[in-house]
Amino acid sequence: MTQTATDGAGSALVAAGIRLRAEDVSLGYGDRLVVDGLDLDVTQNTVTSVIGPNGCGKSTLLRALGRLLVPSRGHVLLDGKRIDKMPTKEVATILGLLPQAPSAPEGLTVGDLVSRGRHPHQAWYRQWSADDESAVAEALTWTNMADLAERPVDELSGGQRQRAWISMALAQGTDLLLLDEPTTYLDLSHQVEVLELVRRLNREVGRTVVMVLHDLNLAARYSDRLVAMRDGRVVAAGEPADVITEPLLAEVFGLRAKVIPDPVAGTPLVVPVGTGA
Amino acid sequence: MTATVEKARGRTPGLVPGRDPLRLGRFSGVWRPRTVVVLVVAAAVLVVGAALNIGRGEFPISVGEVLSVLFGGGDQAQRFIVLDLRLPRTLTGALVGGALAVAGAILQAVARNPLAAPDIIGITMGASAAAVAVIVLSSGFGAVGALAGAVGLPVAALLGGLLTATSIYVLAWRRGVHGFRLVLVGIGMNAILYALVNWLLIAAQVYEAARAQVWLNGSLNARGWEHVVPVGVALVVLVPAALVLAHVLGGLQFGDDTARGLGIRVDAARTALLVVAVGLAAVATASAGPIAFVALVSPQIAQRLVGAPRPPIAASLMVGATLVVLSDLVARTAFGSAELPVGVITAVLGAPYLLHLLVRHGREARA
Repeated sequence: MTQTATDGAGSALVAAGIRLRAEDVSLGYGDRLVVDGLDLDVTQNTVTSVIGPNGCGKSTLLRALGRLLVPSRGHVLLDGKRIDKMPTKEVATILGLLPQAPSAPEGLTVGDLVSRGRHPHQAWYRQWSADDESAVAEALTWTNMADLAERPVDELSGGQRQRAWISMALAQGTDLLLLDEPTTYLDLSHQVEVLELVRRLNREVGRTVVMVLHDLNLAARYSDRLVAMRDGRVVAAGEPADVITEPLLAEVFGLRAKVIPDPVAGTPLVVPVGTGA
Repeated sequence: MTATVEKARGRTPGLVPGRDPLRLGRFSGVWRPRTVVVLVVAAAVLVVGAALNIGRGEFPISVGEVLSVLFGGGDQAQRFIVLDLRLPRTLTGALVGGALAVAGAILQAVARNPLAAPDIIGITMGASAAAVAVIVLSSGFGAVGALAGAVGLPVAALLGGLLTATSIYVLAWRRGVHGFRLVLVGIGMNAILYALVNWLLIAAQVYEAARAQVWLNGSLNARGWEHVVPVGVALVVLVPAALVLAHVLGGLQFGDDTARGLGIRVDAARTALLVVAVGLAAVATASAGPIAFVALVSPQIAQRLVGAPRPPIAASLMVGATLVVLSDLVARTAFGSAELPVGVITAVLGAPYLLHLLVRHGREARA
């Protein structure tokens, strides 16, 4: 495909509200191919969750969408432009990402952590502008972390810590957010708390979110779209009710299960029967 | 109450607790009073320590008189003794200490490991090996030796440091450089180079071996302006570079994925920081020999004084300079007429800290 053809297709993508697209993407580490010829569209203002068994390539896909991994074949397009050709700093003003179990240096305060989110907007001589300050103050308030601003991150509980990191991503001010298993290591109430925060990010401040989630019921409840993966391919993608079906659970997870309506939200609820093993 | 304190200081409190703004035109940063206090106190201690050190000698001069000469006063004899004879020694010490400390601060922060100081991971040892080779070989091998002598000890030390750092970097590279790997490879490299230095000393003539040994202890004896200039130039160029890069260094404190997500070109930033650090460490070693443990200890002291989550550049500079000047003062006064090399004192101060780090790391590894 020539560059002009890509540009033409690019503006069409933007017009269709497709912020992020994976086009025939293959990904791997060394010789090992993890994702093979995958296509995916992420639409403006939606919450998309990628689900699938361990080792199916979910996190690898998310890394490629966030430009942490260069595809061995195919391209990732951000707003119609090839993400690998864009300046790193420009990408960081459009797309923010939160790795799985991120680590912060010992003793770093919540306020300093969240302020780091402003990095793409800063330079060595401009490290704390009025814009930075108001964005960070807003992000702290919005995630209910303002009272903890002077506490070291390593002294927080798991749920508070994840809120601090999300606050950092929020302060970065990007339209798009990629979250790799934001609920790992959290107990159920904190998982729900974090996912409610993610939904508010989408509904109240218009963030487009792509995340990797393990819990199918929570994924179904808090996502507009689900992408089910197995062996590096997309098996099904669509609204939760269309994706979470008994045949699909058998195909993707090798799980025998009943799917009933969630009594609270009406979204699909998976009740496992067994693996059939 | 906090509000009244803020008002008394004439500052409006910031919107984010603990991050009051400091803005001047296009420049903006966070007002960190503790850092400013540390810098001012360290500068004061450095000036007094330097004055004491300069005043010491066969012809003693009081602190007040030294300071008056430094600020343009004093009679002609005092001016000659202070400015021409004694200032270069202390100035070399301060500059070398500052350079080593900044090199240590950068390496420790990049590797996210306090053990990653240039004197632990072999960079100063690489510079030393090259310098010792020049000292030992320059008298022996006719034309080749003469050439080595002409190239000069500082250049050899600089090349040795850079070559060692490059080797460590290449050997530690596995799809990026990770702190712990860098430290392990560096410690191995240090051992190899140490063996090389010993072999050179054994192979050398007695006289050359003794000369090399004095240099290896890290000494400020007989330092003149010709020693001040190279390290001074290196500091003037590389410390501003380090301060500019410090902003990126903050982002590198998280994992690589987070740093990339913040728009940092991680590998390019890390390489630039390593080049700055190695340049400082090698030039410092060339000027005064491998003054032990200054690069390891100073950034850690500075970090604790300032209360920062990583070694701070400016505070490390001041702490390193002060540490070397005070150590030199102790080395020259504490043992009567015997003047020890400054490196002996810094080694006595630094070795227990290294042991403490190793024990703590061992415990953490087992935990």
